[in-house]
Amino acid sequence: MSAVMDEKPVQQVTKGAIKIDDVVKIYDPDGAAVMAVDHCSIDIPAGEICMIVGPSGCGKTTLLNAIAGFHGITSGSIHLDGELLCGPGKPQAVPGSDRIVVFQNGALFPWKTNLENIAFGPMMAGKMSKAEIYDKARGMMADAGLSGTENNYPGEVSSGLRRRVEIVRALMNDPKVLLFDEPYRALDSLTKSVMHEALLEIYYRNKVTIFFITHDLEEAIFLGHRLIIMSSRPCKPKKIVEVDIPHPRDYSALTSTRFREIMQEAKGVVNEEAQKAFDAGEKEG
Amino acid sequence: MSSTMKTADVVTNTQGPEVSTLSLTMFRFASWLKSPRPYLMMIGFAIVLGFWYLAVEVWKLPRFEDMPGLTEVFSEWFSKDPYYGLSIFTPEYYLHIGISLRRIAYAFLLATCLGVPLGLFLGWSKNFREFIFPLFEVLRPIPILAWVPLAIIMFAGSESPVIFLTFLASFFATTLNTMLGVESIDESYSRAASCLGASRWQVFRHVVIPGAMPYIFTGLQISIGVAWFSLVAGEMVSGQYGLGYLINTAYMMIEYPKIIIGMITLGIIGFATSAMVRMLGDYLMQWRVRELALGD
Amino acid sequence: MKRSKFIDNLFSRATLRGITAIVIFVLIWEFGARSEELTGWRMPFLGLVPAPSAVAASWAGLLGDPSYWQSWYMSFLRVFGGFTAAMLLGIPLGLFMAINKTFHGLYFPTFEIMRPIPPLAWVPASIIFWPTQELSIAFVTFLGAFYTIVLNVLGGAKSINKQYLQAAQSMGASQWDIFRRIVLPATLPSIVVGSAVGMGITWEVVVAAEMISGGGASGGAGGGLGFFIWSSYVGGSYEQIVVGMISIGIAGYFSSELLRQLGGFFTPWLKTR
Repeated sequence: MSAVMDEKPVQQVTKGAIKIDDVVKIYDPDGAAVMAVDHCSIDIPAGEICMIVGPSGCGKTTLLNAIAGFHGITSGSIHLDGELLCGPGKPQAVPGSDRIVVFQNGALFPWKTNLENIAFGPMMAGKMSKAEIYDKARGMMADAGLSGTENNYPGEVSSGLRRRVEIVRALMNDPKVLLFDEPYRALDSLTKSVMHEALLEIYYRNKVTIFFITHDLEEAIFLGHRLIIMSSRPCKPKKIVEVDIPHPRDYSALTSTRFREIMQEAKGVVNEEAQKAFDAGEKEG
Repeated sequence: MSSTMKTADVVTNTQGPEVSTLSLTMFRFASWLKSPRPYLMMIGFAIVLGFWYLAVEVWKLPRFEDMPGLTEVFSEWFSKDPYYGLSIFTPEYYLHIGISLRRIAYAFLLATCLGVPLGLFLGWSKNFREFIFPLFEVLRPIPILAWVPLAIIMFAGSESPVIFLTFLASFFATTLNTMLGVESIDESYSRAASCLGASRWQVFRHVVIPGAMPYIFTGLQISIGVAWFSLVAGEMVSGQYGLGYLINTAYMMIEYPKIIIGMITLGIIGFATSAMVRMLGDYLMQWRVRELALGD
Repeated sequence: MKRSKFIDNLFSRATLRGITAIVIFVLIWEFGARSEELTGWRMPFLGLVPAPSAVAASWAGLLGDPSYWQSWYMSFLRVFGGFTAAMLLGIPLGLFMAINKTFHGLYFPTFEIMRPIPPLAWVPASIIFWPTQELSIAFVTFLGAFYTIVLNVLGGAKSINKQYLQAAQSMGASQWDIFRRIVLPATLPSIVVGSAVGMGITWEVVVAAEMISGGGASGGAGGGLGFFIWSSYVGGSYEQIVVGMISIGIAGYFSSELLRQLGGFFTPWLKTR
């Protein structure tokens, strides 16, 4: 971990600022308008790990999908580094390799080996030769401690390892933003804490903006610079909690007094929203 | 931190790419021999064959005595000088097999070449599906055999109607399963691909085709089965030569042992062709074979 | 609200598109069939089949013909007989193979070896064995559905979540209770799927058997829809061939739909998905 200390501080990252401005999303399946996101405004500075915390089914993923370009928004706008992603006159963003999603259940292609998966983005872009791409991919896998699994298929390795491969696959494209959609939800808590440290290590080495959705408060405080606690559906920021535990962090942060204080501050609000969502009978997912 | 060490642990726990299909098969075969299954299987065969022999040739039970018996069939099948002119030593036997196989090959290949692309596009393009699929669904409930007379009217000669019928059965199975395969692909795969900069065509090539592969091969398994089903029917009604024709003419000429020889041959060849399709699928989907190998 | 949704569906873009495609298909067929009298050039394949308008006219004439309905009745009777027999024998056999390992080891390989023989290859042997032609058709029909039903029941019963069984045991259920209250309902969805597929095969086999055997001993109107098609072909009335095909299509579709509805009624817990 000592090597990490020499890295540039977070403030030097200049790319990847997200500005979510007054976004509304209304689903209209059977004529019954359902408001998923309600006048939501969030400013994320470049290089920040921003944790979006809220009960299951509150509409957090809707926001993430809007940034990624999987579906449109009803009104408002989203900018990335001052450039309009979606907003007036452009209802839906175009998916692109500057914003890469790490999915809830993992979306490594099971029919490609780990190495082929990691090489996928640059292969699609076609700007580098295959040999260059594979060299770069091997190098990045070695950095992330994934050497020796290059020729395995994702189905052959542990789920924790798969998540790491997926993050490396995203980083291969030099993205500005990584969008995490509850990626560690299915992992047991021991594997989870290993994954958290590994994620931070990767983050310290390749500074990007991270937009991270979770409903696990401990995970949110341990990873994030800032917590944005969302209300249950319709989704809008209810409380913002600054996590002033200095980076780089390791597991000892989990037992610090400050950690507990922040937990206390956030827990009340989160529980209240979770109770609301439970009473409304929201289906998980 | 120690995260690289932890990773090393994970790596050694998983099986390397060196685990070959062959060694896996050998291992399974060895454990199969140790279980009671092969011996039960032998007893099962013995009971069925024994009953056949006793009921027809020893006890001469009513109804059974008219049937060709076990020894009668097998002495005919393996005779150098067969009484009814058909055994593994007569060229006529292989002529029937060869002609049936050729019809199956034409029909199955044509159905695959047309059905797989059609199914992929039906699953991939919603517009295309909305136009074409209802038509498909209207034609599908008509049993293949009901097409026999129309096929004879539409196609000249005796060969092409039989191939057409066989093709039609395979085609429906292949197309439908391929379409279901595309629909079964988790949306996050295509989303991930488009996130990583893949164009619509690249998504089709790298996600839709490999993602639908397991269903396509399930479809091809069904397809080869229904191909034999309709081929036999087609050969019995029209056509010359082929195993279905053999069975039907043997009945008309009262050469009963030939019926059973034809049936057993059909069973063996039908089984062999579907095993070939399965092996091709395993070869093309190594990722799946290895995933499943770890499963048990 | 439900009603308006139904009407919405009826006039939705998807339905209209499907109807458009079918109408275009029928028009091409009509033109193709009449291409020789209209243009002097005969469209390949389609130029040899009867036109849809001629088929409709012939069908209208047949609707009042009792022997046409007698064919429907005979085919349905055979399908019903063979299918019921396959269910009555196939479901217990599949369940028993799933429960008893020894029985499974004894008979499953034999079953697997017999299965690749197409049902229709059994027709001559069946005619020799069974005293009447009706019984031999019934046997082949039974065989068609039997394999599928057994395999589905076996697969369904084997894939039951073991925790259900353990939960039942821990609550003190007896062997019989476990079978009746866990194994049977958990296998029901597979039974429904297996019987729907089996029903499709049954119609295939009945039609073929009727064509091959020349319509059973009674012949004529007692031959069923398969024989109706065959005798139309032999008699040269090609329109009736198509009428027969469509009739069988409708009959097969409704029998499968009936099974699916029945299956939905017996497995209400699947609707929540």
